[in-house]
Amino acid sequence: MKLLLKGGRVVDPSQDIDAAMDVLIENGKIAAIGQHILPKNASKQKTASYRSIDLTGLVITPGLIDMHTHLREPGYEYKETIETGSRAAAAGGFTSVACMPNTQPVNDSRSVTEFIRKKATVCGLVNVYPIAAVSVGSKGTNLTDFRDLKDAGAVAFSDDGKPVSNSALMRRALEYASSIDMPIVCHCEDTQLSAGGSMNEGLVSTEIGLNPIPSLAEDVMTARDVIIAAYTNTLCHICHVSTAGAVDIIRNAKKKDVRVTAETAPHYFTLTDESLRQYDTASKVNPPLRTAEDLIAIKEALRDGTIDAIASDHAPHALTDKEVEFDLAASGITGLETSLSLSLELVFAGILTLPQFVEKMSVNPATILKLPKGTLRAGADADLTIIDLDKTWAVDKSKFASRGRNTPFDGRRMKGKAVMTIMGGTVTYSEIKDYA
Amino acid sequence: MKLASKDLLGIKDLSTEEIHLILDTAESFIEVSTREIKKVPTLRGKTIVNLFLEASTRTRTSFEIAGKRLSADTINISSSTSSIVKGETLIDTAKNLEAMNPDIIVIRHSSAGSPHIIARHVRQSVINAGDGAHEHPTQALLDMMTIRSKKGRFEGLKVAICGDIGHSRVARSNIYALNKLGASVTVAGPATMMPRDIEQMGVTACCKLEDAIVDADIIMMLRIQLERQTEHIFPSLREYAAYFGLNRNNIILAKKDVVVMHPGPVNRGVELAPDIADGPYSVILDQVANGVAVRMALLYLLSGGN
Repeated sequence: MKLLLKGGRVVDPSQDIDAAMDVLIENGKIAAIGQHILPKNASKQKTASYRSIDLTGLVITPGLIDMHTHLREPGYEYKETIETGSRAAAAGGFTSVACMPNTQPVNDSRSVTEFIRKKATVCGLVNVYPIAAVSVGSKGTNLTDFRDLKDAGAVAFSDDGKPVSNSALMRRALEYASSIDMPIVCHCEDTQLSAGGSMNEGLVSTEIGLNPIPSLAEDVMTARDVIIAAYTNTLCHICHVSTAGAVDIIRNAKKKDVRVTAETAPHYFTLTDESLRQYDTASKVNPPLRTAEDLIAIKEALRDGTIDAIASDHAPHALTDKEVEFDLAASGITGLETSLSLSLELVFAGILTLPQFVEKMSVNPATILKLPKGTLRAGADADLTIIDLDKTWAVDKSKFASRGRNTPFDGRRMKGKAVMTIMGGTVTYSEIKDYA
Repeated sequence: MKLASKDLLGIKDLSTEEIHLILDTAESFIEVSTREIKKVPTLRGKTIVNLFLEASTRTRTSFEIAGKRLSADTINISSSTSSIVKGETLIDTAKNLEAMNPDIIVIRHSSAGSPHIIARHVRQSVINAGDGAHEHPTQALLDMMTIRSKKGRFEGLKVAICGDIGHSRVARSNIYALNKLGASVTVAGPATMMPRDIEQMGVTACCKLEDAIVDADIIMMLRIQLERQTEHIFPSLREYAAYFGLNRNNIILAKKDVVVMHPGPVNRGVELAPDIADGPYSVILDQVANGVAVRMALLYLLSGGN
């Protein structure tokens, strides 16, 4: 597949590029990038063998990477499969995703990791990087075989869905993972503080009578994990940061050069606990939607670099999991197909520049997970996202590629969308007229 | 005048005018319950389903009697004898009942927001008979009726609501009602049972019973809800009874003509000393009698009120 992308605005922070450029793709790699590229010694025949696409007026970025998704396979295929999740990712503009291990069976072994990778390769739409479990069965008692899992293709370890409650185990996990250059991705929740809760503790929970989850539960464990990382001089990545308290803890830790990185999900900078007033289970998520003060803190943390990455925490659920009493409903928002546009709202609001947006959604996830991605340098993998910043559209969950319809954003008017996704030189998604 | 919504899901959504309409209508039904033949034909041919998916004596019996005294056909469903035990979902249960075309569905559920789910899915009127810790609007309405009959007014009354506020739907509904009607509300209970930011609901919060009941016109005691609690909320019933129970020694802090209320059931000797529960200040049984009238009024108003 030979592709010449002409005239798009290339935004590539890794090369300090933000300008109109052509990109030449050959054999799945970036062959050249520059202004007005023509293939060397191009004869008429050779020129004809390149497919040329005019991307004037569109933005080209290194392929976006969603470092926190739940693809549900193996075991929960009724919610999502690797294939439907991959299609959702491609439609959302992503060329790579990392997937969490809370499958059935839990991804705590080489065989499950290899299964996921093989399935993803067969599907061929997205690079899928498994995050394997910290503990066997994610039960929080015994460490998994970290090196074996790394060799099998895991890029990080996490018991996400749950915290690693045993602090001694977390310490050893951080030490061992760090010694093989693998990050631990921390789900920070003190389950004794959050027990029984369905939504953030605050005025709204007091008024509507739902059992509360205090922000304390997240802050206490964020502090714990950061302190252990500091003590052991290890790498620690905090996922789905949602509170002002956690932001402060991470900011202070970074000032002291603790090796902590952090991500947040779009719903934490877009919605608050006010969304829960009608008991809409589409807004039920863990960590829960927080207060307006927390939302402001998350935005500021993205702006000042305290939070390094935006990751959707894509958590598809079937209708049967959500159309029940609020207390019984599963937690999670299906996010791959809305993440990009929600994040662009930060650009339009002046909180992030477009290059910073690319850092949060491509460069930094690649750095944190040590993936050879996030750049459009010549020789790099041809993973690209093409964005129409002016395209207005409305979210229609019935048209999602994901099996999950659990989104609080249904009907939301959006500006900006991925109109083409290219992974390894192959167009995996396109809304562009001459290239559908 | 009619009620604005087809449903009664909470006091929060009711206007002051609607509350007065319900109370005035309830007054007109008091007399029916004192007759030899306790029946009027007002709702003859109407069907009312009482879907009680959480334990209840008072509320359920009260709704059933209210419906029957209005000549309606009343059906009672509890979870243990319904297909809920076979795993049927709440929404399926509601849709199946809707298909049988009742006129009103009354629902009590342990999960807040359940009446809202049902109201979204059925065309019939839905009455919230208590949803988790959220609201118990008919309780608040009968409490207001009782206060009106004993004090003749709401403005300026000092009301103390005492107990496990955090888990109490009765507290929330009464806070909304009393604030709308112009009373001044103080809530009291152990600090562990005080929900976050409660003062932003327009009340004063105290962590000592004595502070709340000074010069009170009305004291509403709440039951300590053992079935809703997890551990660590409070050390023991003994400690609770000693420091948060209303008894003859602390009631003297209130006004001389104080009225003591309780939604029931009473934990005798815990939040209420027996002599207070049975004594001259107590209007607990008046509340129960008013409950039938208030529920008759609501069934009447929500079924078209001819």
